Order: sequence, then C-alpha cells, then structure tokens
Amino acid sequence: MDYKIENTKQLIITKPLKLDCGQTLKDFPIAYETYGELNEKKNNAILIFHALTGDQFVTGGNPITNKEGWWATAVGPGKAVDTNKYFIICANVLGGCMGSFGPKSIDKEKNEPYGLNFPVITIRDMVRAQEALLEYLKIDKLLSVLGGSMGGMQLLQFCALYPEKTFSAIPIASTASHNAQQIALNELSRQAIMSDPLWNKGNYYQDKKVPKNGLAVARMAAHITYMSDKGLQEKFGRKLQEKKDYKFTFDADFQIESYLRHQGKVFVERFDANSYLYISRAMDYFDLSKQFESGLSGAFKKHKTKFLIVSFSSDWLYPTKNSKEIVIALNASGVNVAFAEIKTDKGHDSFLVNEPKFLKTIKGFLDSNFEIFKNEK
Amino acid sequence: MKNEFKIISNLLPHNSRVLDVGCGDGILIEALIKKNIDARGIELGEDNVKKCILKGLSVIEGNAETELNQFPDKAFDFVVLSQTLQAFYQPENVLEQLLRIGHRVIISIPNFGYWQIRAKLLFFGKMPVTKSLPYSWYDTPNLHMCSIKDFYQFCEKKKIKIDRVIGINSEKTSSIYKINLEMKNLFSEVGIFLIS
Repeated sequence: MDYKIENTKQLIITKPLKLDCGQTLKDFPIAYETYGELNEKKNNAILIFHALTGDQFVTGGNPITNKEGWWATAVGPGKAVDTNKYFIICANVLGGCMGSFGPKSIDKEKNEPYGLNFPVITIRDMVRAQEALLEYLKIDKLLSVLGGSMGGMQLLQFCALYPEKTFSAIPIASTASHNAQQIALNELSRQAIMSDPLWNKGNYYQDKKVPKNGLAVARMAAHITYMSDKGLQEKFGRKLQEKKDYKFTFDADFQIESYLRHQGKVFVERFDANSYLYISRAMDYFDLSKQFESGLSGAFKKHKTKFLIVSFSSDWLYPTKNSKEIVIALNASGVNVAFAEIKTDKGHDSFLVNEPKFLKTIKGFLDSNFEIFKNEK
Repeated sequence: MKNEFKIISNLLPHNSRVLDVGCGDGILIEALIKKNIDARGIELGEDNVKKCILKGLSVIEGNAETELNQFPDKAFDFVVLSQTLQAFYQPENVLEQLLRIGHRVIISIPNFGYWQIRAKLLFFGKMPVTKSLPYSWYDTPNLHMCSIKDFYQFCEKKKIKIDRVIGINSEKTSSIYKINLEMKNLFSEVGIFLIS
C-alpha cells in the first residue's frame, strides 16, 4: 500500500470545495495522470472517470502495482481510445488512496491520518474536485468523458453539473441511481472490512497492522459480482486446484476458490480499507434523479452533449435495465443518445477485458464525434 | 440510396426533428443529417445498431413494438417507418405510438395489392415471392401484410388524416388519391403515406 508520491502528478486544489455533507475542503491534493498530447485547439481532451477500486493510472505501467494500467485494453497508442490522437486525463477520486485526498491523508492539526474523521463524500463531491483539475489544465470543453461502473456515475453527475463542458459522453455499465441490491452488495463488503478486528474503527495506520483479511473478503465478494454465472462456469467450472481429488479440508480445493483468494490477496497490497468504505458509501448515496424536481430527465434538460450508453448482456451488477433508464431519461429530454447492449458472457467486467465488439463501438463513436467536434470548434 | 429513401428525404424539411424507426444501418439518417435534419433512430438488430454508432449516429438499440413509449408526446416533427409496419405483432398499437410521438408520420408499406403478387397467387396458387417481398411463407418476418388500398381505408376508418400518398413502381413514382386508388394499388410495389 505504500507508494512513492513522486510517481504521480498531484494538484493542490486551493479553491474551497463545499461538500454535500456540509463541510468545506481547501488546499487538498488530487492526484492525476495524463496520456498523449493536448493539441493546439484543445479539442482532443478526454476525461476518464475510474471505478470503485480504480486509480489515475489508466494505461501504461502502474508504478504502484507494477502491472499494466487498469484500462490498458481500451486506452493506449493505437487502441480504441488512441493516445496518439487524444489527450487523456484521469484523476484519482476524492476519498481515494493513490495520492488524492482521502482517509489515509494526514490531518495536519492532529498530525495523524484522518481515518474515520475524514468527511463522508459523494459522487458529486468527487466530480467537483475533478472539475477543478480541468480548470487548472485550462480545458474549457472536452471531446468526451468516459467511465464504467462508478466511473459512469461520476460521468452522469459531471454532465448534469457541467452540460457545456463536454461534447460527448460514454457511460458504460452504469446506473443513475444505486438500487437496493447494489447497496446491499456494498454493505456486505463494508461489513467484511469493519468486522476485521484490525480495522479498529478505521484507526489502523500507526502500527501498520491493516485489516487485510476483511478487505480481502470484501474484494472477493465484490469480484464475484463482476463476473457472470456463465463466465465463471466456463473459466473454472468444478476444476480442482493442482490436485486430483478433494482434500476434505477447507483449503482452496476448487480453482475458483484459489482464484478469489488470490484476487483478495493482491488487492490488499494496493488499496486502503477506509477508502473502500468511503468510496462505496459515495456510490450508495448516488441518486441523480433526486437532485432534480422533474426526476432523472431533469438532469439533462436542453443538453447538447451526445451520449453513447453501453451495457453488457451478462452484467447483473449494473444490468442493461439500469442503462435503459438513462436512455429513457435522455430521450425524454430530447438529448442525442445512442445505445448498444454488447452481447457477452464476461459480466460487469466486460469493459475492462478485451471485448472486441465493445472496443470497436467506443472507437467508432469517439472518432466520428472527433470529426464533428473539430469542425465545430 | 434507394428511391424510397430519396422520396422520404424529399418530404422532410430542413432543420426538422426526425425519428427513423427500424433505421437499419442508418443510410436514411445519414442522408437526413446532410440536409441539416436532426435525425435519430431506433433499431432492433444488434449489428445494425453498431454500424450506426460507428458512423456517429444517435441510434438506440431497442424494440419499437415495446419501447416507443419512452418518447414524450410530439417529441419529433416526423417519425419514419420504412417497410416495417407489417412485421409488428400489433401494428395498430405501433401506429398509435408513432402518431403520438410525431407531429406527422411517414409510413411506407410493401404493397400486397401489386399485380405481380396478385398474379403469383392467382396463377401458381403459391405465396408470392418478389423483389420487394423476398421471403418464403415459412421464414417471413411479415406478419400483417396489407395493400395500399387496405392501409388507405384503415386510415379513413381510424380517422387518421392522410396528407399525401406516393406510389413507387421501380424508378417511377406517382401521387395516389382516392380517385386513382384502385389503379395505383395494382401498379405500385411500395406505397408511402404521409399521415397525421
């Protein structure tokens, strides 16, 4: 979990940010990365919003995990979101643990990490912080915003708050409002963290005994929701892990058990348990329709942004139904919207893996809109 | 672009808002955008939807039979339905929706009253297979075939205002009125109705 702050760009946001909970932040850091070059006309910028456990390292090498960036399948030179052509910006969300202001940041007054003294944040707070970053980068209007899962929630919030700031938008496998099942699954993960005795009410930074077990279970539970029944069955089935028969113990006999344990184990190396609590809470509080008197369609009244909504047929965490609700609201407001459901067995995580149909769709949409935007600007 | 689309395109004024229902791979929408028309589409076929999106067109994947209710009343100046009405389970309901969401509706129908079709049934005693109706009886998506005359009379019965009817016979087009309906019903392959 320790990493070198100098490996990421950091902006100290001096403009006060009034949070939804009532508190005001100022002089707080937002960590971000950029890829590609901003052109002279500044019409090739794309802001990517990351998901719950993502970070600013979209592609190339991630200096913390030493693995590829989380969206290297879609973003990079010659990829669907081509960094030879576009200027990509991605910021670590407020509440995150990769250099942005979060619960493990040091409270200067007490000279110790905030822990649970960190204010409860919302998706809207995250988005406002990122808007400050755009201001700093002096980008008036983005070509596009992209985001999957929680990234899609930030994207919708961004479009609702700043309709003039982007020409197009691609929310992927997302929702405009967290429903009971989505909240329930987040609560399961939070309870796993909080029931680890090492969590110690969020106060575990000093002696470095972090609630690894709780966080790993949280990750395992969440990871199951990112895959489909069919995808799991095809990949693992009932296959045993390096053994011919059952061991009649509770060790990881099945490959799927071993896989989940591994996912949990590698996750705790890079992620802060308190950040998980705060960010998942922000997702649960997200309900865009509540912010507007006329409901969700009110969020997009008179918007000129061109939307492409994408969902995946086997995604049961943020199913097509959730995406269609967004489509319906956009249509009700007369907004330009395209919508495609990608048929795949790869579940919610489809946007992160190599899914050619999906990648081709977003590439086509981006490239054709770049042509239109270039002529407009 | 096929003749039918050219005629439809000519019926649509610049700067209007148009929804193309069952827009296929978006050829008509593309042509309309060039005319500065705000044209969008809804299409059932997954591959067609992707083709449209690759071209940057605002097309949503969906079933017009069940999903037109998402559009508000009079959301569009024109709604276009090209040779699809006969494929719906309940064409009457779909038509009602089209008239609700559009100020005016352009519907084209493959004419089952066309002489070649009549002749095939009459002389061979078999379900007609023609250029504009290329399916066999067992694989056709067309559930509710009708003739120009049928649809004309249907509109009259339902008190739907018929603003214009155009008949197409290969490259030739002609206006259809009540007075020449019998004749045009015999010699037109496709009928285009502008209704409201």
